[in-house]
Amino acid sequence: MDFIAISQGLMDGFVTTLLLFLLTLVFSLPLGLLVAFCTMSKFAPLRILFKLIVWVLRGTPLMLQIFVIFYVPGLLTDGQFVWPTMNTGWVWFDKTVSTRFLAALVAFSINYAAYFSEIFRGGIESINKGQTEAGMVLGMTKSQIFFKVVLLQVVKRILPPMSNETITLVKDTSLANTIGVIDLMYKASEQLLNGYIWVIFYAGLFYLLFTGLLSLLFGYIEKKLSYFKA
Amino acid sequence: MAYLTIENFNKSFGNTKVLKGINLSMEKGEVVSIIGSSGSGKTTLLRCINFLETPDNGVMMLDGSTLFNSEQNYKDSEKILREKRLNFGLVFQSFNLFPQYNVFNNISLAPTLLLKDKLKELKKQLKAQKLSAKEIKTRINEFKENEKKIIEQDTFELLEKIGLSDKKDAFPCELSGGQCQRVAIARALALKPKILCFDEPTSALDPELTGEVLKVIRSLKDEDRTMIIVTHEMGFAKHVSDKIVFMADGIIEEEGEPKTILENPKSEKLKAFLHGVSEKDGE
Ligand SMILES: Nc1ncnc2c1ncn2[C@@H]1O[C@H](COP(=O)(O)OP(=O)(O)OP(=O)(O)O)[C@@H](O)[C@H]1O
Ligand SMILES: [Mg+2]
Repeated sequence: MDFIAISQGLMDGFVTTLLLFLLTLVFSLPLGLLVAFCTMSKFAPLRILFKLIVWVLRGTPLMLQIFVIFYVPGLLTDGQFVWPTMNTGWVWFDKTVSTRFLAALVAFSINYAAYFSEIFRGGIESINKGQTEAGMVLGMTKSQIFFKVVLLQVVKRILPPMSNETITLVKDTSLANTIGVIDLMYKASEQLLNGYIWVIFYAGLFYLLFTGLLSLLFGYIEKKLSYFKA
Repeated sequence: MAYLTIENFNKSFGNTKVLKGINLSMEKGEVVSIIGSSGSGKTTLLRCINFLETPDNGVMMLDGSTLFNSEQNYKDSEKILREKRLNFGLVFQSFNLFPQYNVFNNISLAPTLLLKDKLKELKKQLKAQKLSAKEIKTRINEFKENEKKIIEQDTFELLEKIGLSDKKDAFPCELSGGQCQRVAIARALALKPKILCFDEPTSALDPELTGEVLKVIRSLKDEDRTMIIVTHEMGFAKHVSDKIVFMADGIIEEEGEPKTILENPKSEKLKAFLHGVSEKDGE
């Protein structure tokens, strides 16, 4: 097989990787914020429940969680439960693996929500209480204080750990191929088994380029927010 | 009846009684300074007045209406609490400016957010009058533009008052401590509080920067603003106050005219406190 065809194949896989990455962020970021608020709740049962959930999700391997999400529902229901097929109709999105993709997406979103929630919680708790109190004596509502006063300071503070976590996510997406999601890693290992050793390095280059771009992006945002000290 | 009346404020944190029955009253336009050693409950009192803490016991009346009464058996809603807070302003020891906003926006942020609330109210009113959607829109826009202009003008005036007109675009991290505190004062004034409270406004400042802040507070006194000032600056308290209150161990040990309090203290605790202060100043 020639270089062009292999590149084409890797590109197809990369689109799946990219999609898994982006959709995971779309779901896990807001979910993580919600979980963060739950773990900071004054209502003890809620707080303890969510701290427990976060502890389990961060304390067990992501691959185990992927297996649980993908296999266990079906096994428990004697095959009654099947992850639904998404009929996207997108040409580059292989319909036959989309059930696997969906399961992977759910597992990634939940797992990363747990990690992000810890980062968010740390960030929010690190903001001086005086900021909230200043907002209160100025007659602001709780949501105004969060969105207009606290949030940007939190964003600035958590940028470095978020950058790390996001880059880890890029690399973690390769775990999806263990349940047969046809991503970049899947395509590359296919070719590796066909005897094309260089393809695995070629795929590495894809990942490297992707994480490199993310680093640049985070660096850019960090610079954008350097006009104030928080 | 006095402008502000506080009766029997009590406040405990866990097992520590911090306020043990505070009674305080002041007239409109008066400046009351609160002095007392560390841990005597001065900050806690200011925080109770500003609804940052809820007293366990007590009553607070302002301008003839009851703002707080521990006897009432319902809890204020978030909205009511916010409205009550707006009667007071509080300047913190550590400024607590919003770092991501420049000086101008630090001052105008809260009034701008309040304007949003006002616009919502107005919209409701206009809708109740069954005006057409277009009419409502033009009325609201008119009101909004007008109010925005007022906020902007107020902010410029406040900047001039604190002598920082040329710093309006600077961010808090680019200012000195004294400048930060002046901005914090302007920010509190922007909401036109009935009573402005200060919690050791110069304690976090280098000695050479306290003067500029005290000067601003003195200028507020000249405008007959009603103020409560917790301070360790005895000389300043003497000049600016109509009344000095000495707190010790959660009670008001002694209060009176500045001259009497500072030059003819009666209680042993106040004598000891003043002695300690003058010794420190003598170093
Ligand atoms: N949130 C809190 N929880 C527990 N204890 C508190 C709390 N706030 C204040 N205290 C205690 O209440 C006492 C009075 O504190 P407060 O800050 O009111 O004193 P202060 O007169 O302002 O002192 P300073 O001159 O040092 O500012 C102190 O012993 C303090 O430890
Ligand atoms: Mg204090």
